[in-house]
Amino acid sequence: MRLELRGITKRFGSVVANDHIDLVIESGRIHCLLGENGAGKSTLMNVLYGLLSPDHGEILIDGDPITISGPGDAVAAGIGMVHQHFMLVPVFSVADNVMLGYEFTNTVGLLDEEKAAKQVTDLSARFGFDVDPTAIVEDIPVGSQQRVEIIKALARNARVLILDEPTAVLTPQETDELMQIMRELRDAGTAIVFITHKLREVRAVADTITVIRNGAVVGEATPDASEADLASMMVGRTVQLTVDKADYQPGEVALRVRDLTVRDDMGREHVKGVSFDVHRGEIFAVAGVQGNGQTELVKALLGLEHEVSGAIVLDGQELLGKSTKEILDSGVGYVPEDRSRDGLIAAFALAENLVLDTFDRDPYAHFGVLKPRVISDKAVSLIDEFDVRAQGVGSPASSLSGGNQQKLVLARELARPLKLFVAAQPTRGVDVGSIEFLHERIVGQRDAGVPVLIVSTELDEVLALADRIAVMYRGSVVGVVGAETSRDALGLMMAGVPVDEALQAAPSARTPGATA
Amino acid sequence: MTSTVAAPDVAESPPTMRPWVENLVLTALSMVLALAVGAVLIAVSDPDVTSAMQYFFADPLNTFEAMWTSVSEAYAALFQGAIFNFGADSFSQGIRPMTETLTVAAPLIAAGLSVALAFKAGLFNIGAEGQMLIGATCAGYVAFTWHLPGPLHLTLAVVAGIAGGALWAGIAGLLKATTGAHEVITTIMLNYVARYLVAFLLTTAAFQRPGRNDPISPIVDATAQLPRLLGDQFRLHGGILLSLGAAVFVWWLLNRSTLGFRFRAVGANAAAARSAGINVGRSIFQVMVIAGGLAGLAAVSQVLGTEKALTGGISAGVGFDAITVALLGRGSPLGVVLAGLLFGGLKAGGVTMQAQTGTPIDIVLVVQSLIVLFIAAPPLIRSIFRIRSGGIGSMQMSKGWGE
Repeated sequence: MRLELRGITKRFGSVVANDHIDLVIESGRIHCLLGENGAGKSTLMNVLYGLLSPDHGEILIDGDPITISGPGDAVAAGIGMVHQHFMLVPVFSVADNVMLGYEFTNTVGLLDEEKAAKQVTDLSARFGFDVDPTAIVEDIPVGSQQRVEIIKALARNARVLILDEPTAVLTPQETDELMQIMRELRDAGTAIVFITHKLREVRAVADTITVIRNGAVVGEATPDASEADLASMMVGRTVQLTVDKADYQPGEVALRVRDLTVRDDMGREHVKGVSFDVHRGEIFAVAGVQGNGQTELVKALLGLEHEVSGAIVLDGQELLGKSTKEILDSGVGYVPEDRSRDGLIAAFALAENLVLDTFDRDPYAHFGVLKPRVISDKAVSLIDEFDVRAQGVGSPASSLSGGNQQKLVLARELARPLKLFVAAQPTRGVDVGSIEFLHERIVGQRDAGVPVLIVSTELDEVLALADRIAVMYRGSVVGVVGAETSRDALGLMMAGVPVDEALQAAPSARTPGATA
Repeated sequence: MTSTVAAPDVAESPPTMRPWVENLVLTALSMVLALAVGAVLIAVSDPDVTSAMQYFFADPLNTFEAMWTSVSEAYAALFQGAIFNFGADSFSQGIRPMTETLTVAAPLIAAGLSVALAFKAGLFNIGAEGQMLIGATCAGYVAFTWHLPGPLHLTLAVVAGIAGGALWAGIAGLLKATTGAHEVITTIMLNYVARYLVAFLLTTAAFQRPGRNDPISPIVDATAQLPRLLGDQFRLHGGILLSLGAAVFVWWLLNRSTLGFRFRAVGANAAAARSAGINVGRSIFQVMVIAGGLAGLAAVSQVLGTEKALTGGISAGVGFDAITVALLGRGSPLGVVLAGLLFGGLKAGGVTMQAQTGTPIDIVLVVQSLIVLFIAAPPLIRSIFRIRSGGIGSMQMSKGWGE
C-alpha cells in the first residue's frame, strides 16, 4: 500500500499551516515527521485523518484519489491515529474501549464482551503488547493506555498508523518499549507515521525522515544524519545542542536544605527527610522519574505546601513558614513545572503576565494604582530581550506557542535580581530552538553567580546543565553525584539503586534506547 | 497546531468580528429573538386573536390583523412606558417613563455590579438579595432612628447601607477563604437568614412603625433621603448617580488598581495567582466585601430613595435580577449599566403595557428570561443567524464546584 499526499495546503485565516506539502507513506516503513511545535505536523495529520479539510491538494491510495471527510472515512481507508492526548473512556475496560464505536453484538443485539476480549488478547499476543482486556483503562499506566490506542487502530485494520508525539508522556523505559512495538508493526507490514521533535528517537527508529518547517517540507533525511544536522534543518539555522558553560567555580553555600519532609493533606509523605546544599554559581539538578517527590520539594521551597518540616535556609534566612510572596520578594525566581496551570494566566495579556509577581510594587504600581504605561513598556523590552514571538504585549498568553510561553515565564522571573533561581521542568513541551535559548539563560544566571536549582525528568537536560546532580526516588535523595556520572548510573539511581552499587554496576549496564 | 479539532471550516471565511463587536451583535440578536418569541405569546394570549382564530379558515386575514394589532399595541405600550410617552400633554409628562426607568434601574445596576465583580474573581455571588436586605436594614435604621443634620445624616445612612451589605457578603467570603465552603451555598443560605432576620426585626419596637401592626418601619428622615433629581413630580432620585458612580469605580478597580489585578488573577487562574505569591484566600474575602458593599448601595437606593421605609420586601427581587443583569452585561461595568437600564425599562414599561393593553406583565418576565437564556447559549444564536464564531465560547464567569 502506498499513501500519497499531494500539494496539501491548509490555511487558518492568514496563517498557512500547511503549504503545498507532498508526502509518500509506504507499508513496512517507519516514516518520521520531524518539526518543531507549530511547524504544521499535526495539522497535516489531521487533514489526513479527516479532522480538517484541506484548502488544496489531494490524497491518493495506491494511485487512486480518495476523499476523506471525517475520521470514519479515514478508518475505512485503513488509516489509524493515536493522538497525543488519548481518546479513551477512563472508566471503561480495555476491551470496551477497543470496540467502542465498532461494537460486536450477538444475535439478540447484546454486546459480545467475549469476542471483544479475544480480539484484544489476539492482537496483544501477536505484537507482545501485554495488555489485559479486562483491566480498567484509568488503572493502567500511561504506556499501556497508549498501547490500547494502538490496539484500537489495529482492530480497525489500520494499514497506516499515525502516532502524534507518542513519547511526550512516556518514561524512558516506556519509550524503548514503544519503539520496539513500532519496529514489530513495521515488520508486519504496517506503515507508521511517527510525529516528533525529539532527535534521539528519530535516529533510533526511523526509516525515512521528512523535516517540516513553517508549514512546508524543507527536506528529507536518513537516520544516519547527525543530530546537529537534523536540528539545523528543523530550526532553519545552526543549533547549539550542547550548552556552553564557564568552568565550574562554586562559591559559598547559598541554599541549605535540611531534613525536609513534606506531607499532603492525607498525611502521606512525598518528600522524606531530604538534605542538600546549593552553592552560588552552580546548577544543582534534581533528577528522577516523574512523581518521586520533586514536585512537592519545589513547592515546599516556594511556600506552596502546608505540611512541611525541616529547614530551608537561603543566605542565612529561614524560608520555611514564610508566605510565597515573602519568598519571591526575598529574591527567589520560580519557574513552575506546569506552566499553563501555575506559570501563567492564559486569559491575561502578555504584559500582565510579565508582572504577575511584581504588579503591586514600584515601578509598576504606586499606592495601589497600576501604571499601565510602565507595565507595557517593560513588557515590550522584555519580550524583545527574551525573543518571545507574539503579536503584541496586549495579546493573551494563550495565543503563544509552548516555547514562547516558557520564555515569557522565564522573562518574568529573570527580570529582577535573584538570590536563588528555581526552575522545574524548564523545557518541557518546548521546541528545540527555544530549548537552546532557555538553557543559555539558565546557564547565564549560574555564570553570574546565582545559585540555580533545576528539576528535570529529562536525563539529557540534566546532563547538559548540571554541575551536581541529586537523584530522587520515592521521596528520598538516593545520592548526590557529580556531572561526570554516566547516564547508566543515573538511570539505575532513578530506579532506586543505591549510589555505590549504581556507580559500580554502571559500566556493564545496557545503554537504554540506543540500540535497535 | 496542538488542537486536533480547531474549527474545521475556517478556510475561506471572512475576517472574524472583533470580540466586543461580536458580543454586541450576539446580545442584540438575543433581544430580537426574545422579543419575537414574546410576540407569539402576546398574540396567542390575546382574547381578540383567540376569537378571530375561531373563524380562521373563513377569514384568515382577520386573525393576522388581530395578531398584528395586539403585538404592535403591546410593544408600543412597552416602549411608551419605558422611554417616552408620545400621548402625554407636555414634554415633562412625556419623559416621565424615562425617569421611571432610571429609578428602577438604579438598584439593578448597583446590585448587578456586585454580582459582576464577584464573577471577575471567579465567585458566583447569589447573595445580593440578602446583602441588600441587611444593607437596607442598616441604612434604614440610621435614617429613621438617628436625627442629624442633612448631608451628614444622608452620608452616614449611605455608609451604613454599604457596610451592612459588605458585612453580609464578608461572612460568605470569610467562610470560602478559610474553610473552602462554596460561596453559592453560603450566599443562598444567608439570603434566607437575612430575610427572616429582617422579618423578625420589623416586629420589634426598634424597627416597627409606631401604631402599625404590619411589618413596616418608620419613614426615613427627610435629612437622610436621597434628593429628588427632577423635583417632586418625579420619583427619580440620587440613587442612579450613586450607581453610575459605582460603575465607574468598579471599572477603575478592575483595570487600574492592584487590588483589581489580584481579583482578576484569582478569577482567571487561582493556581497561577498562588504561585505568583498572591494570597488567594484574602483576595476572595476582599472581593466579597466589596461586592457586598455594592449590593448595600443598591439597597440604599431602595430604602432612602424609592421606598423611604424598610419593609420585608425592600429588596423586591433586585438581588436575583442582578444575576441576570450581570450575565446580560457580560460582567463588564458598562455592560451592567446598559443591562440595568434595559431591565429597568422592561419593568417600567411592563406596568404600562399591562395597564393599557391588558397584556399580562408576565410576558415581560418571559422576554427578560429569554434574552438571558439566548445570551447564555451563543452557539444557538450563531446557528439561527448563521454567524461564524470568532472564538468566543460561552463565557466562563465562575469556577465550577470543584475548586
